[in-house]
Amino acid sequence: MTVEEADVLTVAELERHTIAVLVDNEPGILARVVGLFSGRGYNIESLTVAEVDRRAALSRITIVTSGTRMIIEQIKAQLSRLVPVHKVHDLSDEGPFVEREMMLVKVAGKGEARIEALRLADIFRARVIDSTIDSFVFEMTGSAEKLNAFVALMEPLGLVEISRTGAVAISRGATGL
Amino acid sequence: MSAEPINGAEIVIKALVDEGVDVVFGYPGGAVLPIYDALFKQNSLRHILVRQEGGAVHAAEGYARSTGRVGVVLVTSGPGATNAVTGLTDALMDSVPVVCLTGQVPTHLIGNDAFQEADTTGITRPCTKHNYLVKDVRDLARMMHEAFYVARSGRPGPVVVDLPKDVLFALGPYSGPEAGRHKSYRPQLAPEPARVAHAVEMIAAAKRPLFYGGGGLINSGPAACARFTELVRLADAPCTLTLMGLGAFPASDPHFLGMVGMHGTYEANLAMHGCDLMVAVGARFDDRVTGRLNAFSPGSQKIHIDIDPSSINKNVRVDLPIIGDVGHAMTAMVEAGGRSGFSADRSAWWRQIEEWRARDCLRYDKSCRGVIKPQYAIERLFALTRDHDVYVTTEVGQHQMWAAQFFKFDEPGHWMTSGGLGTMGYGLPAAVGVQVAHPEALVVDIAGEASILMNIQEMSTAAQYRLPVKIFILNNQYMGMVRQWQELLHGGRYSESYTAALPDFVKLADAFGASGRRIEDPAELDGAIRWMLKTPGAVILDVAVDPKENCFPMIPSGAAHNEMLLGPTDEAERPVSEEGMVLV
Repeated sequence: MTVEEADVLTVAELERHTIAVLVDNEPGILARVVGLFSGRGYNIESLTVAEVDRRAALSRITIVTSGTRMIIEQIKAQLSRLVPVHKVHDLSDEGPFVEREMMLVKVAGKGEARIEALRLADIFRARVIDSTIDSFVFEMTGSAEKLNAFVALMEPLGLVEISRTGAVAISRGATGL
Repeated sequence: MSAEPINGAEIVIKALVDEGVDVVFGYPGGAVLPIYDALFKQNSLRHILVRQEGGAVHAAEGYARSTGRVGVVLVTSGPGATNAVTGLTDALMDSVPVVCLTGQVPTHLIGNDAFQEADTTGITRPCTKHNYLVKDVRDLARMMHEAFYVARSGRPGPVVVDLPKDVLFALGPYSGPEAGRHKSYRPQLAPEPARVAHAVEMIAAAKRPLFYGGGGLINSGPAACARFTELVRLADAPCTLTLMGLGAFPASDPHFLGMVGMHGTYEANLAMHGCDLMVAVGARFDDRVTGRLNAFSPGSQKIHIDIDPSSINKNVRVDLPIIGDVGHAMTAMVEAGGRSGFSADRSAWWRQIEEWRARDCLRYDKSCRGVIKPQYAIERLFALTRDHDVYVTTEVGQHQMWAAQFFKFDEPGHWMTSGGLGTMGYGLPAAVGVQVAHPEALVVDIAGEASILMNIQEMSTAAQYRLPVKIFILNNQYMGMVRQWQELLHGGRYSESYTAALPDFVKLADAFGASGRRIEDPAELDGAIRWMLKTPGAVILDVAVDPKENCFPMIPSGAAHNEMLLGPTDEAERPVSEEGMVLV
């Protein structure tokens, strides 16, 4: 091992990972996971959580985080160590997976801007879920890049407000967690 | 499963008894009155009344570390629970199994800023291994048993169970310890045989191996330490231990190099720096041990055996990680090693080590000149306690380091100190806990005069239960370690490190119903120690020691193992770097 490899403080490559964590759906579990990240200074790019198995009372937390390789390994080890955590899967490491995010976008405008917004929404396959004489609310699902692109296009057309869920992800193929 | 429902408080008591608990350290309050009522009506559990809740947790830690069992704490809501936080954090850092029951306001008042309410589960979430808030009496028995399971399984740690008062009054069903087996938390105990075999090969082939053992060996138990000792001897390799691991390998064995790290011995630190194979067993590469990471043991391959996967590759990249209980791993490696043998010629390595040992890094000025050197005081205490079954606790600071350097332990479970958190005020309550666990033994708290005041109120606990703890104060009139750093790094500006307005410890002992004595003359030291050992009951021996003495060797922050300071003359030649100053 070289001296460089041993030095954890040198600038190493930052990797972006999507991690799925299966946990007991008990009070405080989210606080526990978030407390782990904030307490140890790990980055949370996005986090979603919902119950996925009512009978077994299990929830799935999907976290997008970034850090060096060693930090990512630490994050996974620290998550696994939490008592209510059943499984930790690094989807970015474990083969092909799909990642999607949902977004609600409010755009207000009249005339040309309004028509252009509607046309673009159509191209992006967004659905209109609210409309008034001078506004729309669009619902869109897709990759983060697609959502970011749509937001950028809406900005000059009267973008008012955005609400995003953060990424959910699942592995491709037949096997589950 | 018991047929008749009983109330929550009785469920708690029953659960404790069924988990094999015989003593609880605690302090009552409004929220826990139901439990204290139930305690009053039974005889299986003993309760030790401390004088401050932090003392209860340290006492439970001392009890746990000296017996291998789970220490149990009972405190009330609000300030009772918040007072326990330091002790819980200490137990978490040193991986000590403790179950802490905290009272809580009734469930319908939670979140209402009620009297003596605190968000105990929120506050203790980051400082415990796990915690529970029991909202329904039907979950109580299961959560109690789960708490014990979590506290003692895998890497041990503190668990808090928050008990709202209405739950303690409510009637509920009881279930036994089988209910506590957690459905998903199952730490891996048995190491992978292929990795074990590989490790043995690496040890056999190494020209300059070093075994580095830590607190994980103590947690695994005396059998694990015995197997570790066997393995080191089989391999004829040198062995060093961390502060938390002292006693895991006999100090009197010539393979032992002394403690490693910031105040470790010259030979231990240079061996760690210059080895070609480092076998880390139940140790976590803490910053006090590694020094500057990018210069840490640059030429060695590393094997790391630990039960906690998150400890591996956390600070230092290792070449062969092995997850498992160190006891299991040592047994497997002794078997494999016994079969294949360790034949590599280590004589050159041992010659080098003898050269390093010849430096006699722990030597100090013995010409005394009428002032007691702190190292001398520890050496004499060690020498005069050889005929006793002695347990040592310490506070934190220079005296702690000298105790680690000069008091030799040949077996595990006799050395209790606050390593990871470094909590001043740990030693006296911990000594209380150890004495409760071992009523016939000699229990000595090696203390500094600053530290001893932090939990001095526990002398009252010692008096109440007639615990003959011996407090051996190395009184240098300063917070010694702080003063040393101020001397080395802050131009000798002794800001707030002088222990002003010290009490007369002899009068203080008397006030607590204990015996007290103060000495300043080296010629009186032996006699005073003998007096302390044969005086029945609690004793405070206030030993005035040289205030100027600094603790060496020392690897200053930001330095590497081969940059250690060996004595006062070294200080001038090698001032501490800018980066080093920022580190604790």
